[in-house]
Formats: sequence, C-alpha cells, structure tokens
Amino acid sequence: MSLIATLARLEAVATGRAQPAATVRHRHLSDRPLVFVPLTTAGETGAPLGALVGTDRDAPRLLVVPQPRDRDQRFAFLAELADIVLPHLDSCAEAVETAERTDTDPETGKRVKVEVDLCVDAPQIVVPSRAGLDLVRLLGRSMRFRRTAEQEPETPYPAPPRVPLLGRWLTHYGERSRVPGSSLLLALTDVLSRHWATGQSMVEDQHLGALLAWIDPPEGESGAEAAARAERARDAAGQLLCPPAGPATDPAFDNKLLAPAIERYDRVRTALATAEDAPRAEDLLTALTAAEREIRDLVESRTRPTWDAVWRGLDLLRTLPEGGHVEERWTRDRWSFTAHRDRITAGEPPQPRRDDAVTAANKLAGREREQARLEAQEALDDPLVMAARRLAGEAFAGEVTEVVMAYSEGRRPSPRPLVTVRTEDRPHLGERAKVYRSLNGRAQTAEFAGYEGAPEDGVLVLRIMDKMGRGKEPEAGSVPEKGDAVCFTLFEHEQRGGAKLPDPEQTPWTHGGPPGEPVPEIPDAVTEEDVL
Amino acid sequence: MDKAALAGALGAPSDYGQSQFALIRGNTFEARVKADGGAELLRLTHTLLDPAAEPPAGAAVPDLSAPGPEGRTARTALALREAVTAGGWTLLDHPMLALDVAGSPAFLEPDAVVVHPDGGWTVVEIKSFPMLDGSADPAKVGAAARQAAVYVLALEAVAARLSPPPAVRHEVLLVCPKDFSNLATARAVDVRAQRAVTARQLARLTRVETIAEELPEGTCFDPERPAGELTAAVDAVPATYAPECLSSCELAFHCRERSRAADAVTRLGRPLRAELGSLGTVQEVLSAARGESGDPADPVVAALRRAAALRAEALAEAADREAVPCP
Amino acid sequence: MTTVDFDPGAAATRATDAILADTLHGTERGVVVDSPPGAGKSTLVVRAALELAGAGRPLMVVAQTNAQVDDLVLRLAEKDPDLPVGRLHSSDTDAYDKALDALPGVRTSARAGDLGGLPVVLSTAAKWAHVKVDEPWRHAIVDEAYQMRSDSLLAVAGLFERALFVGDPGQLDPFSTVGGDQWAGLSYDPSASAVTTLLAHNPGLPQHRLPVSWRLPASAAPLVSAAFYPYTPFRSGTGHGERRLAFAVPSDGSGPDRVIDEAAESGWGLLELPARHTPRTDPEAVRAVAAVVRRLLDRGGAAFSERAETPAPLTADRVAVGTAHRDQAAAVRAALAELGVVGVTVDTANRLQGREYDVTVVLHPLSGRPDATAFHLETGRLCVLASRHRHACIVVCRAGVSCLLDEYPSTEPVQLGTLVKFPDGWEANHAVLAHLAEHRVPYQP
Repeated sequence: MSLIATLARLEAVATGRAQPAATVRHRHLSDRPLVFVPLTTAGETGAPLGALVGTDRDAPRLLVVPQPRDRDQRFAFLAELADIVLPHLDSCAEAVETAERTDTDPETGKRVKVEVDLCVDAPQIVVPSRAGLDLVRLLGRSMRFRRTAEQEPETPYPAPPRVPLLGRWLTHYGERSRVPGSSLLLALTDVLSRHWATGQSMVEDQHLGALLAWIDPPEGESGAEAAARAERARDAAGQLLCPPAGPATDPAFDNKLLAPAIERYDRVRTALATAEDAPRAEDLLTALTAAEREIRDLVESRTRPTWDAVWRGLDLLRTLPEGGHVEERWTRDRWSFTAHRDRITAGEPPQPRRDDAVTAANKLAGREREQARLEAQEALDDPLVMAARRLAGEAFAGEVTEVVMAYSEGRRPSPRPLVTVRTEDRPHLGERAKVYRSLNGRAQTAEFAGYEGAPEDGVLVLRIMDKMGRGKEPEAGSVPEKGDAVCFTLFEHEQRGGAKLPDPEQTPWTHGGPPGEPVPEIPDAVTEEDVL
Repeated sequence: MDKAALAGALGAPSDYGQSQFALIRGNTFEARVKADGGAELLRLTHTLLDPAAEPPAGAAVPDLSAPGPEGRTARTALALREAVTAGGWTLLDHPMLALDVAGSPAFLEPDAVVVHPDGGWTVVEIKSFPMLDGSADPAKVGAAARQAAVYVLALEAVAARLSPPPAVRHEVLLVCPKDFSNLATARAVDVRAQRAVTARQLARLTRVETIAEELPEGTCFDPERPAGELTAAVDAVPATYAPECLSSCELAFHCRERSRAADAVTRLGRPLRAELGSLGTVQEVLSAARGESGDPADPVVAALRRAAALRAEALAEAADREAVPCP
Repeated sequence: MTTVDFDPGAAATRATDAILADTLHGTERGVVVDSPPGAGKSTLVVRAALELAGAGRPLMVVAQTNAQVDDLVLRLAEKDPDLPVGRLHSSDTDAYDKALDALPGVRTSARAGDLGGLPVVLSTAAKWAHVKVDEPWRHAIVDEAYQMRSDSLLAVAGLFERALFVGDPGQLDPFSTVGGDQWAGLSYDPSASAVTTLLAHNPGLPQHRLPVSWRLPASAAPLVSAAFYPYTPFRSGTGHGERRLAFAVPSDGSGPDRVIDEAAESGWGLLELPARHTPRTDPEAVRAVAAVVRRLLDRGGAAFSERAETPAPLTADRVAVGTAHRDQAAAVRAALAELGVVGVTVDTANRLQGREYDVTVVLHPLSGRPDATAFHLETGRLCVLASRHRHACIVVCRAGVSCLLDEYPSTEPVQLGTLVKFPDGWEANHAVLAHLAEHRVPYQP
C-alpha cells in the first residue's frame, strides 16, 4: 500500500470519517443499473434462498425459494430471475451504432478494417460485495449447461426455457468482472473502497454496512462507532441489526428464524400432499401460503437493508465527477457486451467448463494489458493517484526552467528540444530512460538526458522526441515553455498489443496439441438429494 | 480451551456459530461417503493413490471404540498394527491419534485412515466445500492440507513404534462433494510442505510453555469467572492482532478492541506497517507526518512528510478544479 | 553416505553425456534438464548448441531476458568465433549489448528474415513470439525455462519441432500482474512455468538433473540443497578446504571484520543488528552492508580455489550485494559511493539470477520488517540470494526474524492439481536462519 493511502486510513481513524482515496470516479455508473442482492443457503453450493432484484430503488422484486433443496422451486426462482434480468439485457441489445474494428480477413489473412455494430449502451449489474460476484459466476455455471424441454424433450428435469440463456449471460458478466477497470458487473464494496479510505482494514471494508458507516456516518456518530454497530449490534433476540450483505446469511438467523420457518413450511406441505379431503386441503393450503409468506418476510427483512445500502452507496459515488478515461473503458465494456450478444445470436454453444490453453492465455494477456492501462489512466485522471506514483518514483511533476532548441542528426534534422525541469520528486530515472506526458490526450515521449548538478538538486534535462509535427520547427504548443508546470510519467500511457497466439486448432504439442472437434458439454448429473 | 465461550464471557462474542443447514449437509455427506463399509472411500483411495494394488473388496472396518481418548488412541494403534499384519485393505473410521505438543499430548481425530495392502497408511479428509469442475477454494484446501499434515505427523509417531515401520503416505485423500451435487469426488493432495512446516512449528512450540510460565500466578481462563478478572487474564497473554485474525480466531474481536485501545496501526492491516518502521501508533505516525514529532533525517519520517505534502497538494488541486464551473 | 566414492566430475560428465545423447539422438520431442545454482547450465546450453550446429542441424535459442541472450551469444562466440550466429533483437533503442557488434561471426537484426540460414539464432521469448515462419526450426533450446511462463511458451512453441528445456527450478517463479486463480490446476495454466505445462502434457519426456554445483562451495551446497531442493538434492563440485579465503590485513575486531573472518572460515556469516522495526531502507543495516563490502576490499582478500594454482585477488568485480527491493539496492549503492567503493554489483534477487561472485553480501529480505508477506517469504528470492557465491555469503540482518516468522505461521493456499516442488517459504526461511545462527556475529553499529 502506498504511504499516501496509509496516511488516508490513519486520518480516517483520527477524524472518525473516511478520507478520499480518489478525487474522481474511476468506474462507469449506469443511469439505470440493475441491482441484485442475493442470499444463499449455507452448506449447499450456489443454492439460492432468495434475492431482491431490479432497477427501481423503490420497488425491488422479491424472489424467494421457500425450500432451497427443492429443485422445482429453485428452477422457479431462476426462471423468475431470468424474466427480470434478460429483458434488462435485451433493452440494450437493439440500439446500435456503426463502429470500425480491425479483423483478420479469413481469405487473405490480412488485417482489414470492417464496419460492425456496437451497442450504444450496455446494461450494468451491481451486487453488494465480492462474494456476490462469486455467486453470479456460480449461478452462471449452474445454469448454462441445463437443458430445456425444447432443446431436449427426453431430459429428465428440464429447465425453464430462458434459464440456460441467463446462465450464459451471468457467466459472461462474471468473467468480464475479472478484467481490471471493467464496469459491466460491479461489487459495490470494491468500488466504494477504491474511492474512500476508511479507518479500518481492507478485510473489514468487505462489510458493506461498516464501509458505508465510515464513508457517511450518521449525524453525531463517528465512523468507528457506526461501523462497530453495523458489524456486531444485535437485537434482544440475538439477530444482527445490520444483516450481512450476503449471499451468506448469519448463522443465528439460520438457526433461530429460518430453520424453524422452513420446518413449518415442510410440515404443512407434507400434510397437504397426503390430505384426504377437500376442506382439510383448503385449510392446509391457507397454512402453506402463510408459511411461505413467513419465509418471504424473513428473506425480505435480511435483503432490504442491503438493497437500500447499495443505492445509498451508488448515490455517494455519483457525487464524484467521472474520470477522464472512464468513458473510453466503458466503450470496451460495450464491445464486450456486443460481442457476447453476437455469439448468442450466432447460435454458439455456452462457454465451456474450462478455458482451452489458447483462450486462457489470451484472457490472461488481455487482463494484464487492461491492468496496465487502468493504472496509467487512473493516474492521468486523478492527481491523488498520480501523487502515489510520484512518491514511488514512477512520475514527477515540476516547473520548466529552461528550453533550448536542438535538432537530431541526419539528413533531415528534426526538432529535439532540451527541456530543463526542476522537481521536488525523486524519480527512478535510468540512463536514457523514456518518460511521457499527456499532450492533448496523447502521450508525448521525452528522453532523460541527465541531471544538471547533483541528482539531489532535482534539476533534470529532458529531450523531447515526438508529437511536434513534421516541420523543422515544432508546432505551436507542442513543446513546454519556461514557467510551465509539467508532469511526466515513467510508465507508458498506451498499451502495446501482445504477440498473437496460435488459433486453438493450432495448439502446439507442448500444450496438449489441437483439442480436436468440440464436444458439447454435458449437463451436471442429477442427484437424489436435489429432490425432496 | 473453548475460545468461543471465553469470547462470549468477555463481552465480545464472535459470530462463529455454524448454520445448522451447513452442519446437516456436512454430516449427511460424510455418512454417505462412509456408507457400505466405506466402499466409495476405498474405491477413491484405490483409484487415485494406489491403482496398482488389488481392488478393495470386503475391506476390514475395525471397531475402534474404547473408553476415554487414551483408550481410543491405544485401540487405534492396535488396529493399525493388526491391519498391517493382516494385509489387504482396512478402513479406520474416526481413529484417535495423540501428538506431543510442547510436552503434553493433544488428541486428534481424523475423518478416516486407510491401510493399504502394502501396509502403507493414508490420511483421509472429508470436507463439505465443493470441487467445482475439478478445482476448490485454495484457502480451504490449504487449511485441509495443514490439518492433514498434523495427522500425518501423529501417524508417523505411531508407525515409528512398529517394526518395520510402515510408510505413512505424504499424499492424503481429500474428499469433497462434486460440483453442485452430493456425490463424492476426491483428489490426492501432497502435504510434504505442510508436514515440514508443522514439524518445525511443533519443535518451536516450547514457546507455549514459556508463555505459560510468564503469566501471573493464578491466571485462569475459566469463562465462569467475572468479566473484569477474565479480561485481565486474557490481556496477560501477548497477542498480535491483525485483521486476518477475524476469520480464524474466536477471540479476534476482543483482541481488536485491545488493539484499538492501544491505537496500534496494525489493526488497519499488516502491510500498512511495512513502511512505518518503529512508529507503531496512529498518533505517532500522524504527528510525524504533520511535522510535529520525529527526526527528519529518519527515512520513515522523511517519507511520511513527503507523502503528506503530495497528498495535500493533490487534494488542493482537485478542490481547485471543482471550484471552476464546467464549461 | 557415499562421500568417499563421489567423483563430482565423473557424475557431471555422465549427466551431460546423457543429456546430449537424448538431445542429438533421442526420439522424444523434448528433453528437460533441471540445473541447481552454478551447475553449469550455460555451459551445457552452449555445448548443446555447438553440437547441434556442428551436426548441421540449425537451431533457435530462446532465453528470457536480453541480458541472458547477449550472454549466450558472447559465450558461443568465445567457444567458436567462426560459427555464424544470429542475434534477433527488438526495435527499441539499446536492444542488445553493443559488444556483439565487435564479433565477426555475429549478425544482429530486428527482422528474423535477415537471419535466415544461420546455424544458430538467439532471441528473447518476447521477440520470438512475434516471428512467423513457414517451416518450423527442427531444434530449439529454451533457456531459463522455469522462469518462462506457460503462455510465453505457447506463443513460441509453434516455431520448433523439438527442444531442450534447461532451467533452475529453485529460482523465482514467473508471476502475473493480475490474478489467474481460475486456471490454477489446469495443465496449461498460463501463469504457471513453461516446464510445468510441458511435463503435464508430455509426462514421458526424458528428465535430467545436473547433479553438481561447481559454484557453491562445500560449505553452502548442503544447506542450499536441503532448504530449497529437498526432493532433488545436489552436491558441491569441490570438497571442504578446496576453497579458501584469506585476508592480508588482520581483523580490527569490529563487527564487519569479525563477520568477514567467520565467513572466510565457514562460508557463512550473519551480522546481526539489534532487533528493531525499520523501513525497508534501514539506514543502519544499509551502512552495515556497505561497511562489510568496504572492509572486504580493504583487507586484501585472496580467493584460493581449484581453478588456479595461485589465489585470485578479491576485487570489486568479484563481490556483489543482494537485496529484495530496488530501493534497498539504491540505498546500498549510495552508501557504497559514500565510502568510495566502485565496481561492486548491487542488485535485487530478480536481477542477480544466473550470476556468480566470490563473495556476496545479502541484506536479509525480512530484516527489520514488522510483517512477513508472501513476497518476502518466497523461497526463490532467498534461494537466489543465498546461492550466488563461490566462497562465502555474508547476511546482514536485524535480530528477531525467527520470532517474526513464528508470528506469521504459514497459511499458504493450495491449488488442487498443482505440483509441489519446493518447501514452503516459511520453512525454508527457518532452515536458513537456523543455519546462519551458528555463524552469528552480534553487531551494535
């Protein structure tokens, strides 16, 4: 952690309030995000208990699985979820603009420009915390290989029609969220703690209630007090006042409230199944509705505080102005969304269980590139981020004290002006190191030509190398002038593309050779415990 | 020592209860894996760890019940010896092992130990977290491997008393639910590294005795004692709180309070201390950063002041920018 | 023990012969060679390249850094000045060592096409990844294969039909700047080492091990082997007493002088400063490192070894300082400059990989730290720092590191399906510290 971030945390302790960790917002926020607050059942992998979901903060949809081990109820939950999420995704799939993309021509193998559709906006999904991201991936994995009756009439437990499709989309969103700087799927605790430093540790920042308590404590209370209350305070019945943001529930809730309610529900249901006369069945049906109502109320009582907290967190984030490169990164998210839309339209099969060697390597390389891009762009967009880079010797800011015109050698001499900069920073500059500054949004390169005097004096000479136009004289404004404040970075602003990897069919022998004809992934086996 | 009960009595209960749903599911899974004389478990052991051996049919499952932990330990040792002599496959369901920890025996109960036809022993760990598409939560697998390594060491002590000593295999069998189902799947986990670490930790654990010696006479951790007395007792034990403790120790909330009261910077995370040198409290760091204390020649103090200046400069720049209305 | 019967020269020759036989006449597509520190890896690479070229079989050589490539080119040219060698380089400025321009047999170019037909062409994995060929090379040698990432091998493996993979499994593992956990345990995990992937897919490939470290003295090989290569032990090529350090100027009784004498005597020295939490660039520890180096040079050291009849003077170029972080290296350089020391290499573990000196002075990665992170516990880092020397290694460290380790019990996560090759960093650190404690010189600066 940078000392600057450390200081922010310590000041938060001293002042009782979170301190800025960023001065602009580094993630895109949609005008109409879909918020998803899920709960799961302890001990079962990815078994949903319920969720609040929707785009209207005042009218979330409550989905509940009264008996989480009942396959039919689980499918009903997923079908309902699909009915809410898929229309939201579809709402962005239609409106497109034309954009240019460089593709490899399949016939000539040459790189050519092609015109393609790009969705003008992409749907954003927000979950409360990192554990929510994992659940989105898990739900995607559990759904995408399911078979519907339409796909496979013989399948023993057919999934509702749109469930596999939702699985593919959630898988895509889950994968995309691993790309640094992406905003299709956000975990609110991650985004909030990117922008504010609290007086607690990063582990504790994963608790949405405690995190918000530090960022925006209630009147008359310190962040520490409010966070402690959010984390631990319980009512007389031993229940947490601020339920965990899920998807895991508090064991005390499971044991004291949920388990008895599910037991009552099961009892009535069993009785109903064996009810012998109509009036008795009628009574039991009423009782069943009541028992189900009770579970619904319990689930709502644990999700609603988190739902409200998520929207409050989004409000807080909107108070920050958007960073300069955020939109550019969001465009990459739109490309990602459009590409997945196209794969589905083209009838491609669902994402495989495991990536093949080439796909894995391509994804890793892409993410490393995006990580470098994100780090550079956040620094350029935000003086507080740049301050940390300056402290680390990876950038320096200062004042131009002298400019001497010079030219390159050769037949057609080009301008190579020498610029003297005085700085208080201590950049780690090697001999002839390249440094960059942002000039009208583009990176201008300079070469470190040496110190004037001792390195500790902080006077260094740079040779400007490019972006000065084609003429003998540099274009106006392309060379810093005496008295200008400048900021140079030792890191590049743009990322170079990596080497092209072979096509998956050309996987070399070192990595297992060509994978052969793709076989459709088989759905997960059905086990008896899924069925009550 | 029941640390959870102690934490409750101190007024800082942990949230360490377990959900009964998880408990029931875990027990059901273990029962299923061990059903039919452990047929599935033995099949997995054979396939994954010892495919060259004869297939396990009609393996012995000796009765290990005996009075008290010492009795069960002795019974287990006897069963192990008999299994080696008998040859063939044997499954020991919940055996009891003893391990010397700083001079006193600790009793351990692995989920199962399998004796192979060649006389070798394998530790079996049954966990309720899933293996999804062949991979599992690395933190949980790591914890299981460390736990299994302790059993391996305890088994090695038993084996050393036999002649010739049977081999205790350093690959243990980790059994988990497969994907979203409750069917069993398993992987061999190499615990050599964890075994070496645990062996060294045990060798160094004499420090527990040293800690006990340093405590004031009459120190007692009985949760029935009054809270004030208990707090004093617990506080007499040196402990280094860090946020990671929250996920692994029942007393973490109590230690965190102590850490807060002491104004210690480590409560904000261990990495944070890395660049703070000998400055250990929030006040010390902030006052050094503000130039109110500390020697400017000390590189820590110099770096802090530089950081504080850069931070102030950046925040001022941002404030200026906001003051200008957007064009 | 077979100490008496062990003939290191014969053992090493047997290993090398087997490797060359498999490489030149074997039927498998790959041959893997594990080489502990100083076991003659570069010598093997150069020899294999010359024999392949000599047999009329052109080959490409893949190394991981430009410095490694340049070093191999220089070694090849030294062994066979007439052999035409191609050095493929990037189009950056200073892409290769200008010393290569003076070699008549070496042709340099940024374009692979310019180097077609040469018997040997060398470059970095990163550069090779951009090369396209119609006909793959029949042979390749991949150097430092354990430091190469699997995805990097994926990018170049299509360029050759078969290859010799050589590397040191004990050095720093390759890493990624982003998490790649989702692929952990896959045979082709892109952030795993190239050798891991290669062997997972081709388990039948012949695997060899160079059994003798010619660099590490008899005092160091057992410790380094036990702590870092517990399952693949190696031996020192020299016996006790064959390497010796002597100093013309007697000790002045100071801490630095006493630790120098201890290290000259036993091969190891621990200069222990009082326990204290410090910043990374602990000024006292940095000054202590500089003082030890200054005294090493001032005391007229002579290194006796099997290499020559007469002792070699211990000059600045035979001494190196190793640190964990770049800022520590910079602080040591500044402290050395203040003492007027020039010509001593000061670098981080990453950059010292593959290098060799008579005496090394190491600032212990955990010295003065209030915490022990995975970075500082990484076995490869300590292994590199503790295995660069031919005669002696002096470690400068604050007291209290073993207590620090006890406060950070190892809780490393475990990925299913990944190979365990090494001891845990926690355990290796303890093993090294326990050994160093026997050569401890307390020092109050």
